[in-house]
Amino acid sequence: MSTPFYVSPQQAMADRAEYARKGIARGRSLVVIQYADGIVFVGENPSRALHKFSEIYDRIGFAAAGKYNEYENLRIGGVRYADLRGYTYDRDDVTARGLANVYAQTLGTIFSSAGEKPYEVELVVAEVGATPDGDQIYRLPHDGSIVDEHGSVAVGGNAEQISTYLDQRHQEGMSLAEALKLAVQALSRDTNGTEREIPAERLEVAVLDRTRPQSRKFKRIVGRQLGRLLETDGAATEAESSEEE
Amino acid sequence: MEANTRSTGRLPAAFLTPGSSSFMDFLSDHQPELLPGKRQLPPTQGVIEAPHGTTIVAVTFPGGVVLAGDRRATMGNVIAQRDIEKVFPADEYSAVGIAGTAGLAVEMVKLFQLELEHFEKVEGAQLSLEGKANRLSTMIRSNLGMAMQGLAVVPLFAGFDVDRDRGRIFSYDVTGGRSEEHNFAATGSGSIFARGAMKKLFRNDLSEEEATTLVVQALYDAADDDSATGGPDVARRIYPIVTVITEDGFRRLTDEESSEIARSILARRLEQPDGPRAALL
Repeated sequence: MSTPFYVSPQQAMADRAEYARKGIARGRSLVVIQYADGIVFVGENPSRALHKFSEIYDRIGFAAAGKYNEYENLRIGGVRYADLRGYTYDRDDVTARGLANVYAQTLGTIFSSAGEKPYEVELVVAEVGATPDGDQIYRLPHDGSIVDEHGSVAVGGNAEQISTYLDQRHQEGMSLAEALKLAVQALSRDTNGTEREIPAERLEVAVLDRTRPQSRKFKRIVGRQLGRLLETDGAATEAESSEEE
Repeated sequence: MEANTRSTGRLPAAFLTPGSSSFMDFLSDHQPELLPGKRQLPPTQGVIEAPHGTTIVAVTFPGGVVLAGDRRATMGNVIAQRDIEKVFPADEYSAVGIAGTAGLAVEMVKLFQLELEHFEKVEGAQLSLEGKANRLSTMIRSNLGMAMQGLAVVPLFAGFDVDRDRGRIFSYDVTGGRSEEHNFAATGSGSIFARGAMKKLFRNDLSEEEATTLVVQALYDAADDDSATGGPDVARRIYPIVTVITEDGFRRLTDEESSEIARSILARRLEQPDGPRAALL
């Protein structure tokens, strides 16, 4: 009869964390940045149909890096959670904080239960407020911890390096075009410091725009509007993007 | 918190189970007691008294559709509410107006709006207009038990069909039977009078402004002959709710706009109480 090997709890957890981190690192990074009128999500995504960013509820958006089927599952769970809560109570009672807590508990339980494979995902839950002070951004790593972020956040393989780059350059009250360009610059730097070009067709961009008159603030930025935002300099874009609306 | 029924606070399995994109299907699996149709009614004697909404009218015009409703809710011979809202956006390109038991109808609209929004978020695409109309049919059918006890909900659904590039109207009966209406439609107690008015006034080449005037004329005629339908209330500044859906999406006329239409109609009716005359031949 064979005796099972003893593995210390520390070692087991470290192995699981390493497994999840490696899975996440295989995907491309994405960034979420606050700008004057809201929060912008930017990532490299060659697919037009399989999104990394999506709407959860009126003011709440979702971004994920890692394994598609796993974060898609969490996203739909989040939509169901938000819609059920809004239906039972009121639309105002659905908050990013509540959603982030539920995600954290879910990821945490999966991560620490030995029977389940840990999820290879890292999530961002963001809620746009009536003013920039009311914006909330939560980052949720694979182990179910929860980090309250301000200004900018990056998740995915290269996240640490991109975060540092963003932290040094992000300013409050940036225009959408400025924030978008900063995000693209950050994403196009490789680990060894060289830059590569990311064409607009490979970018997925979405915003939570607090100036939208509808109660649903989430909006994808595609095609001509995206091209225009990437081309013009910050000052000129302000006027143009307000004309667009 | 509804979602946290387990001590861990983790999303319950039902939330993470791959399944349909319908919120109603999710509810019926997870919390069926929240669905209006699943509610058990105690046996009652006679008809349950509850506020009723009355007349909703819709008319198409080249480029879109107009949906409008009066503001009165009645309970028996009493006016229960003078400024009730009975026309709601269902999503960006459609709207629903409801006649029948007000409380149930408003709840049904809320669930219908959520159903469309939920589908859109999960699938990343909107349902077709036909799909939306069918979904509403299912909801009315699930209310049949209550309809038989006098708590019927009879909506009128209108929307802009982006695939066919025109406005369309669907009407329903209490069993969920759905039929597409051409040109114009009405539902509720004043609908017979409103339909008569629209029949005489409708033309195929109405502009958006003419179409909005037409529906207010029809509501005026409904209020004229049906005591459960409210006319424009000038003293309290309560005017019909008029909504327009075109390829630009849903728009509700502001109070100023609808009051202007109602006031110009009132001014004309002071001279001609029966309203515009159609040619005899």
